[in-house]
Amino acid sequence: MVEITLPKNSKVEEGKTWPRTAHATHLTEFKIYRWNPDDGANPHVDTYYVDRDNCGPMVLDALIWIKNNIDPTLTFRRSCREGVCGSCAMNIDGTNTLACTRAMDEVKTPIKIYPLPHQPVVKDLVPDLKNFYAQYASIEPWLHTVTPAPEKEWRQSHEERNKLDGMYECILCACCSTSCPSYWWNSDRYLGPAALLQANRWVQDSRDEATGDRLDNLEDPFRLYRCHTILNCSKACPKGLNPAKEIATLKKALVDRQV
Amino acid sequence: MNPQHDMRTPARRVRGLGPARSGTADFWHQRLTGFAGIFLTIALIVILISLLGRSHAAAVQILGSPLVAIVMLLFILTSVYHMWLGMQEIILDYVHDDKYKFLTLMLNTFFCVAIGLASAFAILKMSFGV
Repeated sequence: MVEITLPKNSKVEEGKTWPRTAHATHLTEFKIYRWNPDDGANPHVDTYYVDRDNCGPMVLDALIWIKNNIDPTLTFRRSCREGVCGSCAMNIDGTNTLACTRAMDEVKTPIKIYPLPHQPVVKDLVPDLKNFYAQYASIEPWLHTVTPAPEKEWRQSHEERNKLDGMYECILCACCSTSCPSYWWNSDRYLGPAALLQANRWVQDSRDEATGDRLDNLEDPFRLYRCHTILNCSKACPKGLNPAKEIATLKKALVDRQV
Repeated sequence: MNPQHDMRTPARRVRGLGPARSGTADFWHQRLTGFAGIFLTIALIVILISLLGRSHAAAVQILGSPLVAIVMLLFILTSVYHMWLGMQEIILDYVHDDKYKFLTLMLNTFFCVAIGLASAFAILKMSFGV
């Protein structure tokens, strides 16, 4: 059944308040989820104060500032710092988004930061996304063809290429899937918005010759039909994509081949 | 299973038993019955209003007249089927333990068939007057 409460050893407790920087005048308060698999303690929320006169404008800048200046044990993923890699996806002020593209001034203080919801936590803000990546791999995100490969390239008209707009931009940050209640309850069997958007990216690709096989692979009460158009995915997507619409397109394709 | 004893790879877990190759019919039928329900519910409201303040005998006569009885039977059929599909969705969403899942799926079917049949029987009894 659905788990409404957390197990005893997962209850989030009040953590440590780290000292403010001396002489800093412009401070922003952060409340950040901490959990260390090695110390046996419950997760806790630590309080930090970031010196805004000495730090960039984004939430990721603040996390890096905290790691450099206050607490080197704070653990999070980051790479490109410009919304392209999807590494720094986390829950900021109750919304899944990228820390690198969310400005501190856009969210209310204290700025609360948690890992992406409903995934196992590796440490602090680092979720375990093994299942998420395996789901992506399961839709076989590469071109499937039976026609022998042409001498040059698989051709595609501008019009056909335009169908991939709104899908190819997905960076697989997992903000959408981990914001979806259906994914929370059934992530073992429901593929989730990110994998389904990617599935549709290949179903819609005019060069792909395995459309029917791809649809066969999705036609399942759990893999696809756990989507109830809740639309959290479209609301969360930091790239402004619309996974719910792409899932609807997949459902329509499945109906189309029957009626 | 204790999660520590589950040593399947993520790919094995995600692939599971493979796709069921079904679900589209349920999805389509849910929309179909939902759409039909718009018109049938309006018809039902009109029928119920026309029953207001009537005597028992007059109400039985209205409900038993062919056109009204057919509309009522259509309403019962589509709404019960819609209800069965909807409840099944909710069970699949929230009930994960196999024991309870099969039990609740069965109860859902029994309940919907019984309610549907009893409602249809009531209309038919008025219509045929036996």
